[in-house]
Amino acid sequence: MNSSENLVRIAQLSCGAEYSGIQAEIDSAAKQVNAVIVYPEIDIKDIEDIEEDFGLKVASSDLKLLMARAKSIVTGKVKVDAVFVATCFRCAEGAIVRSEVRRYIHEKTGIPVISYSFTERTTAGTLLTRMEALTTTARRKSLLAREKQSGMTAGIDSGSTTTKAVVMKDNKIIGKGWVPTIKVLESAEEAFNAALKEAGVKREDIQALGTTGYGRFLVGEHLKADLIQEEITVNSKGAVYLAGKQKGPATVLDIGGMDNKAISVMDGIPGMFTMGGICAGASGRFLEMTAKRLGVGINELGALAMKGRQERVKMNSYCIVFGIQSLVNSLAAGSTPEDVAAAACHSVAEQLFEQQLQEIDVKEPVIMCGGTALIEGLPRAVEDLLKVKVIVPENAQFIGAVGAALLVSGFIRSRI
Amino acid sequence: MKVFIYPTNSLILFDLVERFGHEPLAVMQEISKRVNTPGLDSPPMNITPEDPKIGLKYAAVEVPSGVRGRMALNGPLISKAEAAIIVRDPVVSFGCMGCARTNELVNFLIRAKKIPILDLDYPSNEEEAKEFVYKISQFLKSLGQEEKK
Repeated sequence: MNSSENLVRIAQLSCGAEYSGIQAEIDSAAKQVNAVIVYPEIDIKDIEDIEEDFGLKVASSDLKLLMARAKSIVTGKVKVDAVFVATCFRCAEGAIVRSEVRRYIHEKTGIPVISYSFTERTTAGTLLTRMEALTTTARRKSLLAREKQSGMTAGIDSGSTTTKAVVMKDNKIIGKGWVPTIKVLESAEEAFNAALKEAGVKREDIQALGTTGYGRFLVGEHLKADLIQEEITVNSKGAVYLAGKQKGPATVLDIGGMDNKAISVMDGIPGMFTMGGICAGASGRFLEMTAKRLGVGINELGALAMKGRQERVKMNSYCIVFGIQSLVNSLAAGSTPEDVAAAACHSVAEQLFEQQLQEIDVKEPVIMCGGTALIEGLPRAVEDLLKVKVIVPENAQFIGAVGAALLVSGFIRSRI
Repeated sequence: MKVFIYPTNSLILFDLVERFGHEPLAVMQEISKRVNTPGLDSPPMNITPEDPKIGLKYAAVEVPSGVRGRMALNGPLISKAEAAIIVRDPVVSFGCMGCARTNELVNFLIRAKKIPILDLDYPSNEEEAKEFVYKISQFLKSLGQEEKK
């Protein structure tokens, strides 16, 4: 995030943010990405007419205000670069309006828009990645249009569970490194060195370096990266690149160690997206714990799940504690490890489906990436739920590193 | 007497209650305690994540934080209320409560207090408006007599 970059005007369309005591957090997250929050000005008459105009009747006046502000953006009365739509978590009326308003702005204007349901515990840190992705999409469209990697570049994806690195040369991956994340910097060094070694090149041969993932700032500053970028834009780019689907619509799903991303992409640029992160039961960590309980490696869980049937196991909870307990009870009642592995994959996929995929437009091709995509039972469970073919590209686990290496090749000239 | 008004930010109701010698209980009083910006009504209000927690006194944790945050302001007013004037379905410009769920809870809690309450529909023409003000004035006068007794 560079303070010299253009100031981005983000319209906040929300209900309940100030009464939840989190307005300062929203403002702070925006400030960190050199953006400013604005509230589209409207007339009282606009609020009175909005239910008829928008076609949605609501009881809460603040939601009418939210819809009226959305209309002022769509009609061009107010000029903004991006839109942040937010309502209270657990408010049904708010969730309906949030979802429809986001779709309305996305379809009618093409202005980048994200939505979020908050509680009083929402912090600037939680919002930062989303704000960063939002402003990047608004600010760097030309960079995101890059479809080929050029020169010799590297990307490091410092994730919560694993750290991945790639070295790319002339649009080809020539070196890869993959290590568990223990100490952020040391793990990054280790993964980077492994990728350099496989590529047979030295660090000084790398013309530009990009970092992404949770540790992107720390690693990026340590290695003097040319691009430090959040995972939404990087993964979108990496996914469509690896899957060879750079043109047209696509949906990118990434079930991570700590949170999940579901991104609706057009020509490699993220449009609508959601980031889950409230429940560990919906993350890769759940599958890791299941594998441990079954006494198999995480790399074996997928093959095991492919042989099982989830319907044979009754799961009473999505929770990482009680869900695992359900699986243990099933094993005690005679279920096979195969069925339990399939049930675990289904549970994670179902949560992704229920909590995140309802909030974006799922358009084919659906591309799954990240390390969890290699657990074969998981893409299969997603296929069963969505009734579409899921693509898992080669090197799916390196998606972030590849996306970073690809995008940063646009910085080579500036570095020389 | 302390008279709760609904909508809780209606300036017209506030003024009427005050004119008849009572103390209006309005959300502006609570908000003004929290404002730390140059003007009294300059947003953002200085509500912190502590307020939705205070609101737990009135609504459980599964109730949205926005409702609980609002209840942190409205709840103390309801507790103090000795009488109330409630206007049903007002237009936004008369006084506006942003969240319908909060409004339902506020209406329920004030009615549960078993205090003198005047329930009124928002007027739609001049005749009704005159009747509206008359009913409010009569109600407020009767409160004064109650107090004297």
